[in-house]
Amino acid sequence: MRQDLDIIHNWIAPATRVLDLGCGDGALLDRLGKEKRVDGYGLEIDPDQIQKCIERGVNVVEQNLDNGLKNFADQSFDTVVMTQALQTLRFPHLVVEEMLRVGRECIITFPNFGQWKARWHLAVSGRMPVSDLLPYEWYDTPNIHFCTFKDFEVLCREHHWQILHRQVVSESPVSGVLKDFLPNLFGETAIYHLTR
Amino acid sequence: MRKILTTEAQTSQSGRPAGLPANSVGIVEPQSHTFPGPFKLACGRVLDEYTLVYETYGTLNADKSNGVLICHALSGHHHAAGYHSENDKRPGWWDHYIGPGKPIDTNQFFVVALNNLGGCHGSTGPTSINPQTGKPWGPDFPPLRARDWVHSQAQLADHLGIQQWAAVVGGSLGGMQAMRWALEYPERLRHCVVIASAMKLSAQNIAFNETARQAITSDPDFRDGRYLEDNTLPRDGLAVARMIGHITYLSDDGLGKKFGRELRSGTFQQGVEELVEFQVQSYLRYQGDTFSSSFDPNTYILMTRALDYFDLAREYDDDPVKAFSHARCKFLLVSFTSDWRFAPERSREIADALMHANIPVTYAEVESPMGHDAFLLPNARYENLFAAYMNNVAREQDATGPREVTA
Repeated sequence: MRQDLDIIHNWIAPATRVLDLGCGDGALLDRLGKEKRVDGYGLEIDPDQIQKCIERGVNVVEQNLDNGLKNFADQSFDTVVMTQALQTLRFPHLVVEEMLRVGRECIITFPNFGQWKARWHLAVSGRMPVSDLLPYEWYDTPNIHFCTFKDFEVLCREHHWQILHRQVVSESPVSGVLKDFLPNLFGETAIYHLTR
Repeated sequence: MRKILTTEAQTSQSGRPAGLPANSVGIVEPQSHTFPGPFKLACGRVLDEYTLVYETYGTLNADKSNGVLICHALSGHHHAAGYHSENDKRPGWWDHYIGPGKPIDTNQFFVVALNNLGGCHGSTGPTSINPQTGKPWGPDFPPLRARDWVHSQAQLADHLGIQQWAAVVGGSLGGMQAMRWALEYPERLRHCVVIASAMKLSAQNIAFNETARQAITSDPDFRDGRYLEDNTLPRDGLAVARMIGHITYLSDDGLGKKFGRELRSGTFQQGVEELVEFQVQSYLRYQGDTFSSSFDPNTYILMTRALDYFDLAREYDDDPVKAFSHARCKFLLVSFTSDWRFAPERSREIADALMHANIPVTYAEVESPMGHDAFLLPNARYENLFAAYMNNVAREQDATGPREVTA
């Protein structure tokens, strides 16, 4: 399981209600259901991922997050989760606002565009970074709103979102050690736990 | 390991003759059962007794936990899969999705499909003899609601010894019955599969149904619905009604792709007065004619009215969340992008209400150019997700057998 999902798993209380935005193949909800009696729904738009959720027996509802969460009542979930989808949204800040309306808390993970590899790639080759984590060319990428950890924290401050926890993960061993000192430079993925 | 039960409910399947597809349930034979009354209907009237015609595919397992009920749509009936004879040109109406290895896998499930009460394919309906008059019921047959069908289907389940369905499945009007099952008999189903359906019809839908009914009743041969007594049949009216319906079940795109402006006869050449006929015209007439020779006009009126009257949440303060909070089963919902008669929005409303009521639900919006009819037609994504869902239903029942459910 991805490192960010491990951490989210620890942050979610047992027997609570979770809405997972852009739930992918449903791995997180599946594990939360089995190990923590958490129930809830995943929202997803990719037919292949929806198929995988159904195969796992995870409740998945086809919904485009860019259309908002108007169909959910205020505070109807304990936690609203969104992993690795923030950067694909048309208006990320509006979706986070919605997440905090629908859930008491929200957990968001996203790739860090301030990580040294991305900076290095752009600085040296003069081209947009293409890596294992971000394997798309600039013209066909679903990722339209990259940000760095610093950018995200500015957004949180401006919107008065309270950061309950923040954790930075990195898959490579060197970055793994350095990320604690210079998270914005060495962290690959950020995990933010927010409330209002 | 499942033990095979031999009951009278089992289909008398005489194997699969060489000419039929390998994944067909083969040759099937309808059965019928007459239920003693009194059977009280939603309208207040009572049937002294009634008959249902049904077919079954697959084998009921020892603990009778693998039953799947198929609820039919407006013009469907008991013949949902397989063939009635080797010379049968067409299989049952949902043959793409019921059979060995198909989404509703008859190697796993005991599938029951019936002709609803009020139907015209053997079940008690307007074409049956009214025991009180000795004449066909005709227009005097009591108006029915989806809940009447559900109650009669529950009696059929009792007759078959099925206390709890693994799943109740239906498309369109069938989906409405499946949802009603979840509210009326919450402890009697583990899964509810609702395809291309809605919690109630829109005004536009009711308008189409009214136009169809007017086409039938204004046919001079309708004779106030007593055409059977008078030995006439409002064939043309019923054909027009079906043509109207048929147009709404397809999409503009689907019709365009199939027929375009292709001509069947005639020419637009200048100086020639010959009448022009488009392919789509002759196709619609063919559909109308075929239908009017196999369907009863009074049944069509009765069924479209039941569609119009259906409103899932009416008795729950018009609150779908309150309605669904009575359900105890899991739901699968599917809609199709080009279905404008039962548009994806209608399915999304169901999904929203279910999520709000904290009921397990999966919803998929399948890309298809085929309009409402898409739910009957081959479609790779639809087949795969339907099969995956039903596979879980089967796995679940192998693991636990029938579930204790308390309403």
